[in-house]
Amino acid sequence: MSAADARVAGTRGPIASWRRLQAMVLRYVYLYRGSWPRLLELTYWPTLQMVMWGFLTIFLASKSGFFVQAGGVLIAAVLLWDVLFRSSLGVSLSFLEEMWSRNLGHIFVSPLRPGEFIAALTLMSLLRVLIGIIPAALLAIWLYEYSIFDMGLPLIAFFTNLQVMGWSFGLIVCGLLMRYGLGAESIAWFAIFAIAPFSAIYYPLTVMPDWLQWIAGILPSTHVFEGMRAVLVEKTFRTDLLFNAVALNAAYLTVSVAVFLRFFRSARERGLILQIGE
Amino acid sequence: MSAVEAEAPPAAIRVSKLTKSYGDVLAVNRLSFSVPEGTTAALLGGNGAGKTTTISMLLGLLLPTAGRVSILGVDMLKRRYDALPRMNFSSPYVDLPKRLSARENLMVYARLYGLRRPGRRIGQLADELDLTAFMDRPSGTLSAGQRTRLALAKALLNEPDVLLLDEPTASLDPDTGDRIRSYLEAYRDTRRATILLASHNMAEVERLCSRVMMMRAGRIVDQGSPAELIRRYGRANLEDVFLDIARRRRTGDTREAAA
Repeated sequence: MSAADARVAGTRGPIASWRRLQAMVLRYVYLYRGSWPRLLELTYWPTLQMVMWGFLTIFLASKSGFFVQAGGVLIAAVLLWDVLFRSSLGVSLSFLEEMWSRNLGHIFVSPLRPGEFIAALTLMSLLRVLIGIIPAALLAIWLYEYSIFDMGLPLIAFFTNLQVMGWSFGLIVCGLLMRYGLGAESIAWFAIFAIAPFSAIYYPLTVMPDWLQWIAGILPSTHVFEGMRAVLVEKTFRTDLLFNAVALNAAYLTVSVAVFLRFFRSARERGLILQIGE
Repeated sequence: MSAVEAEAPPAAIRVSKLTKSYGDVLAVNRLSFSVPEGTTAALLGGNGAGKTTTISMLLGLLLPTAGRVSILGVDMLKRRYDALPRMNFSSPYVDLPKRLSARENLMVYARLYGLRRPGRRIGQLADELDLTAFMDRPSGTLSAGQRTRLALAKALLNEPDVLLLDEPTASLDPDTGDRIRSYLEAYRDTRRATILLASHNMAEVERLCSRVMMMRAGRIVDQGSPAELIRRYGRANLEDVFLDIARRRRTGDTREAAA
């Protein structure tokens, strides 16, 4: 065993990777622990959105037979859309924290590998989503007597697919941030909204014109929201929609990791990593 | 192989024909040098000479256009993650997260470097670098000198065999700067560590370094020990040598040593 090996607990293998992943999560835990505005931001929007759409649901239920039959479809859509939005934002905001603090240089010369960094960003995204969504979902039970958890196992499938789709968008945004710097910061906030009209969040896919349905069909989120309505309205779980979402997400995630790594290399070629800052 | 060559320590850092260009701009031009294990060397040069670019390429933060970098026998272009656990660096161009306390920052990096006993090593460094009093303060509230010492503590966490330091004593008062230089000397000698630094502090370079590489416009224009350079240029100290070389640029003198 060399002197260096004696000082450190090894740098290869899954255990070493897990330790580095834990280190990055610890970095963000420290950050959130010392910053109440950041913690507030995690829960503020999901809760606010759910309250607003919840009252709208109550109003529509009194006027429309559809909403009486499919109680909670809007609240479920709001909460699941927020999973997607928060998942994407969770990846890109964690990355932005490193850019704001001019810390990327230290991170990228540590033994942390790009794949581990991606894993840390996605894990933080999951934690952020859970912290943001769970209080809103519990509040919906109290305010509207609607529990999204009543969906049962399909909810796990919907949540997972939207989470993974959010990671893909977030990683591409991180790549753009590496390439274009903080000038591209606003992309982190609005990128995911570009797909909102085509994801059939609040209305069925059939509402859209045929050509738009084709575009909507290549989004995993569309299949998730169609599947959600099938569960809530028709009381059936559509495995075909789940399969579509999983297959598309696999492709999206592969492409987004490749894009992140390509932009990382590009940033190293252009000498951008040390220049990134506040 | 001569007897002298046979006894020379192996090179911890070996750079061969390293080149970096941005379009038509040649930032580093076929740079070649080596730094023997257990020694301290310096890259000196004016602003824009290519020092930080060179250090960035050694770290792998910047990909060269051409050339090779080997650190501790590892090809940094192909297997940098084999060498990174045994290296570290500090630079005024890279910060530690300001909202995290000094202790939290060091804890995160101690874990990233896989330290077996992070708390113990952090306590030791805090003591040695006089950081103890403000370990629990957010890094962003520290003075420039305190931040420099914190960055140095981060650079020493994993007891690196190769340490790359960009302006290591910037912002330090003369007394603290002197103590840090003594600390780095002791660290190098006890660990047989190799240090490469970029600095504008000529007194620091004279004291710490056994080899100095003078850079201008991305090239090494002269190199040698501080004493050799002072003698060669017939000057009183390294600062005068630096000025001599920097001003030749303006007079068009192109004397350049073989890099």
